[in-house]
Amino acid sequence: MADPVKTQSKTAIWNDPTFRSIAFQVIAGVAIVWTFWALFDNTMTNMERRGITTGFAFLNETSGFGILMSLIEYDETHTYGRTFLVGLLNTLLISVLGIFAATILGFILGVARLSRNWLISKIAAVYVEILRNIPLLLQIFFWYIAVLQTLPHPRKSFNFADSFFLNARGFYVPGPVPESGFNIVLVLFFTAIIATVFIARWARKRQDLTGQQFPVFLTGFGLIIGVPVVIFFILGAPMSFDYPALKGFNFQGGITVIPELIALWLALSMYTAAFIGEIVRAGIQGVSHGQTEAAHALGIRHNPTLRLVIVPQAMRIIIPPLTSQYLNLAKNSSLATAIGYPDLVGVFMGTTLNQTGQALEIVAMTMAVYLVMSLLISAFMNWFNNRMALVER
Amino acid sequence: MRDFKALPDLAPPLVARGVIGWARENLFSTPLNSVMSLIVIYILYLTLVPIIDWVFVSSVFLGDDKTACEGITGACWAFIGNRLPIFAYGSYPAAEYWRLETCFVLLLFSFGPQFFEKFPYKLPLGIFSLTLFPVICYFLIAGGYFGLEHVETEKWGGLALTLMIAYVGIVAALPFGVVLALGRRSDMPVIRTFCIAFIELWRGVPLISVLFMSSVMLPLFLPDGMNFDKLLRALIGITMFQSAYMAEVIRGGLQAIPRGQYEAAKALGLSYWKSMSLIILPQALKLVIPGIVNTFIALFKDTTLVLIIGLLDILATVQAAITDPAWGAVATEGYVFAAACFWVFCFGMSRYSIKLEQKLHTGHKR
Amino acid sequence: MKKTFTVLGVVAAAMLATSASAGTLEDVKKRGTLSCGVSTGLPGFSIQDEKGNWTGLDVDTCRAVAAAVLADANKVRFVPLTAKERFTALQSGEIDILSRNTTWTHTRDTSLGLNFAGVNYYDGQGFLVQKALGVKSALELDGASVCIQAGTTTELNLADYFREHGMKYSAVVFDTSDQTREGFEAARCDILTSDQSQLYAIRSKLGNPGSAMVLPEVISKEPLGPVVRQGDDAWFNIVKWTLNALINADEMGVTSANAKDMSMGTNPGIKRLLGTEGDAGAKLGLSADWAMNAVIQVGNYGEMFDRNVGPKTPLAISRGLNALWNKGGILYAPPVR
Repeated sequence: MADPVKTQSKTAIWNDPTFRSIAFQVIAGVAIVWTFWALFDNTMTNMERRGITTGFAFLNETSGFGILMSLIEYDETHTYGRTFLVGLLNTLLISVLGIFAATILGFILGVARLSRNWLISKIAAVYVEILRNIPLLLQIFFWYIAVLQTLPHPRKSFNFADSFFLNARGFYVPGPVPESGFNIVLVLFFTAIIATVFIARWARKRQDLTGQQFPVFLTGFGLIIGVPVVIFFILGAPMSFDYPALKGFNFQGGITVIPELIALWLALSMYTAAFIGEIVRAGIQGVSHGQTEAAHALGIRHNPTLRLVIVPQAMRIIIPPLTSQYLNLAKNSSLATAIGYPDLVGVFMGTTLNQTGQALEIVAMTMAVYLVMSLLISAFMNWFNNRMALVER
Repeated sequence: MRDFKALPDLAPPLVARGVIGWARENLFSTPLNSVMSLIVIYILYLTLVPIIDWVFVSSVFLGDDKTACEGITGACWAFIGNRLPIFAYGSYPAAEYWRLETCFVLLLFSFGPQFFEKFPYKLPLGIFSLTLFPVICYFLIAGGYFGLEHVETEKWGGLALTLMIAYVGIVAALPFGVVLALGRRSDMPVIRTFCIAFIELWRGVPLISVLFMSSVMLPLFLPDGMNFDKLLRALIGITMFQSAYMAEVIRGGLQAIPRGQYEAAKALGLSYWKSMSLIILPQALKLVIPGIVNTFIALFKDTTLVLIIGLLDILATVQAAITDPAWGAVATEGYVFAAACFWVFCFGMSRYSIKLEQKLHTGHKR
Repeated sequence: MKKTFTVLGVVAAAMLATSASAGTLEDVKKRGTLSCGVSTGLPGFSIQDEKGNWTGLDVDTCRAVAAAVLADANKVRFVPLTAKERFTALQSGEIDILSRNTTWTHTRDTSLGLNFAGVNYYDGQGFLVQKALGVKSALELDGASVCIQAGTTTELNLADYFREHGMKYSAVVFDTSDQTREGFEAARCDILTSDQSQLYAIRSKLGNPGSAMVLPEVISKEPLGPVVRQGDDAWFNIVKWTLNALINADEMGVTSANAKDMSMGTNPGIKRLLGTEGDAGAKLGLSADWAMNAVIQVGNYGEMFDRNVGPKTPLAISRGLNALWNKGGILYAPPVR
């Protein structure tokens, strides 16, 4: 730590803190740059001598292999660049699904642990203690085996109303096919969302000024869900369904949820939920009981107390660790490769890397994706912390 | 004046005492609660009975091959018993098991007393277990000296390997984490930037990509002919990864120390390193012990990922064993066994951290 | 902090200091062991037994190279690799030789910085199906789910084959051969595709081997062989000629049992091979008895084949394409002269 006060006495220059700090930094900086340069130089020399192709030209070459599941159009005639996108989207899909399920389950667990019912709180505690102390990879393997072993052969599928089928190849659901006129419904839906945002703002302003409340939630619900549904039926339900049917070896048509996705989703969300449950519990317990009592003393009833007093304060404690759990979940989704779910690591850092042999570029791209994801989440967290930080006087 | 004396309290009514009272209070306090309790009890009945039956009642504990488990509906624990040496020691030569066992005993003796309140020599033993112990064990396990047969790291495996990776990772990640955390809060911009970049980089990428790099790509970054052991590289990868997490935990502790402490240390004329090691770090580390132990637990669980790069930890040996046709379908037993092993260690660590936290709570609360 | 950077400096200095490079041959000799990349477990080619010993055709190829270079077939460190890791491991220098039923293709030979040193097994891709499906030909497989190992040529051939015949499929990709088999057994897929030799190996590991059959179609050429890094011609020659020596020994009838006697015999070709005449070894930078060591310690190609995959093993594969050129196969090694 540099001393701001210049000392009068004649200290030797190497005892002067400012000089020492600068000298030290220069040495450190040179060492760092040197190390990186050495690594870079080695890599370049090694790659050149071994005749390894470099550069990103491979992204435009035809891939020539199939991928089990893709959210965008893909077949073996597409490029390696496309395989990157397919993998990326699959990673995002499992992350979003996982975050969604883990949050719901985690909040249920957190509340259950605080339940006054002894049995329920103990079950939640046992769940948390078991799940969070067992490695995720093991849980993924376990679920995959459990899913595959319980599900039957396609010809003996579980059949729900002849439109949903469940077997070892996945869960088959009817796929919606929009017909002419459906666009109107979509437009209405999005307009309603925007309108609700404005109504909410207006309502808050009015409440600040006049104290009058406006039923924002009900209005929003009606606009976003009610109006499009009514219009949908007025237009004569312009949507048909593509039903899956057993043709040859497998079910064709509709939407397939592959068992790898199911197993991974189960494992990721159940594992992360255990951590979220603890975060939620700590958050709720972190709000002092005086707050509840004060709210009750002001005559606020139980539900509004929860909604207006306890939850906002608990969220302040909950959200920072919650986001880092989300980040963990997204990174943990890379374990998908162990059971063959085609995520970014499996497809791009796996098959594409193997077919092209360009390890350096591909690993760098893959790591960059996760790095960007984590920096975005960190940025969000900082923004949130600044917004929510207690304004202390 | 009359002396008023309260009569002794009446005993609570029967419905508020004993099992019935407890149940009324905790299970059937409201109608909704009662319904939920009954539902939960029913679900527990439905799930626990078959599980207990599978684990204990219809299972087979002893036997040498698949014939012992033919026609049973429960678990085939005989398989676990049969393969126990492999699960514990991997493909380490059987004649040399005593070396691993010696290390384990040594670990118990040096680390075990830390769990007891009033044991003397805790500090020297602790220092021994963190410094000399890993070195002794390395020479003992790897061999090649003192007439011991050399055992290549490829043959290390099973639970022994898992424990080794976890132990080395834990011992190495803590000091690195401390250095990084201090660097991140340093006044020197070069150091600070480097530490921030280092921490965010490692925290931002998945561990399996780190392990992939360290296991197959690292020689590409090094000069020709310079190479070191695969296990060592995996260890470095894990240590770097965890020390970044550790650094963030410790930074939390450093931030929680009031500014006055830093200023007081400075006012006493202590140098940076002295004020850190004597004043700040002891307080900061104490504050974040739960976080540190949580990082250890995460590290312990993360050791399973080494199976993806071909090291044979306990999960990998279990996986190899359950695909062996000699035993038939024993996948569930194998995974349950591996899960139980991990659970025991992780749960033990988390309990220990809670105890430690209570003990170190020396009352600086304001 | 200071210490950290001192250490960093030393490491960096060490890096620069040692960056003067030596060839793979010198590295291997200095180290005293050969690093050989093999599969994570494929019966007949490279598989580890319960005691940790490796056996198989690919393993023997590495052992022969070790015998030729270090005069001891046991001085090999086997590095198990998944199909996905193998090329990166070789490129990076993690292993000296990759002997992991790897198909020789144009892309791999030209743009990966690798060289194929020859062919130690001629294979072709086939299909394994459950008998219960009642499928008799691969052309009936439209719409099937296919279990497949990640990072292999089979993944590409499969796509080509189905595209060529206008059929659809969905590929279920696993990391290791064992996982592929488990997926197949759990009915995750209808068919399993791989090189034919592997299909028999996989079938032998099924819970009920009789329930599955290998379809007659062979949809690709799969010449499998050892691979080395590009740019080290001396090492490339050593691996190439060790393999050739094993095949030549098979052709000349030199076996591990009679090699000593034959080297004292009258046939000049055999004497050149076994180092009692000429300087074939010296030209490779090896000792004169390089091929003799390989044949005595590991056996000739025929012995390797019979021991690991031949008719008397559980795989029961006949020589077929892998017979010598003068016995109906296509195995042909250039002469040692």
